[in-house]
Amino acid sequence: MYRSLFPRDLFAEMDRLQREMQQAFDLSPSIRGLGRGGFPALNVGGTPQTVEIYAFAPGLDPATIDIQLDRGLLTMAGERTSKLPSQEDSKSTVHINERFAGSFRRMLSLPDDADPDAIAADYRDGILHITVQRRASAQPRRITIQ
Amino acid sequence: MNDVDTVRSTSPSTVAQKDKAGYGEAALTPPVDVVEDGTGITLYADLPGVSKDKLHLQVESDTLTIDAESNLSVPEGLQSSHTEVGLARFHRVFTLSKELDTEKVSAELAQGVLTLRIPKVAQAQPRRIDVKVS
Repeated sequence: MYRSLFPRDLFAEMDRLQREMQQAFDLSPSIRGLGRGGFPALNVGGTPQTVEIYAFAPGLDPATIDIQLDRGLLTMAGERTSKLPSQEDSKSTVHINERFAGSFRRMLSLPDDADPDAIAADYRDGILHITVQRRASAQPRRITIQ
Repeated sequence: MNDVDTVRSTSPSTVAQKDKAGYGEAALTPPVDVVEDGTGITLYADLPGVSKDKLHLQVESDTLTIDAESNLSVPEGLQSSHTEVGLARFHRVFTLSKELDTEKVSAELAQGVLTLRIPKVAQAQPRRIDVKVS
């Protein structure tokens, strides 16, 4: 199910439009597409020592989040249960239904220097934060002249 | 964004108003679910990264304002390579209706999800009307 994380956010919509225009003119887009607008929304960044991934996934049970790394491909999967009343419940009316519910899966490829043995993940206030260390051998170092 | 929703709107109708403050005050619109039952209205809002002290809820006459700030701490020297959530503020305004009891609003925040319960005033709760036969 497609569901925007932030509906009616004008700036995000303008940003999306701009990126889609860019992709339309890009003759060789990524094989995994842009992946924008999915759940959870992702912010990815890096420092010289680590790769930092922030997934905006509020309302999950941390024990049910499944994170896997296979050949440089990081997969996060899980399920968010709906808080809406079931169809049979005739006493309740749903007026607005914008939040994502159901199972999700998002993948991203890590840079080559990411160390698959040094991954840490924590979940706080609805943000899943994954830190992947970069291999020490890939760190910039000074070569001394003998 | 100064869009005003009524809690009852079935579609997210936009009352587009000009953003007075500009980009500096720009905020994300958190997605919500609103469910009504016999005794009140329950609102669920996704506010990832918001802790209790950064959440401001305000009920003024018949307007409910949700204002929150995400406290995402990023390591020093972080070079962002892909950004889907580019703002750290959340803002949304709802217009309440008069049968809702704004004095008894209760709120709970867990794992970035706000649950807001607005009960109906006692006399507005459903009751069965007996038809008398004369």
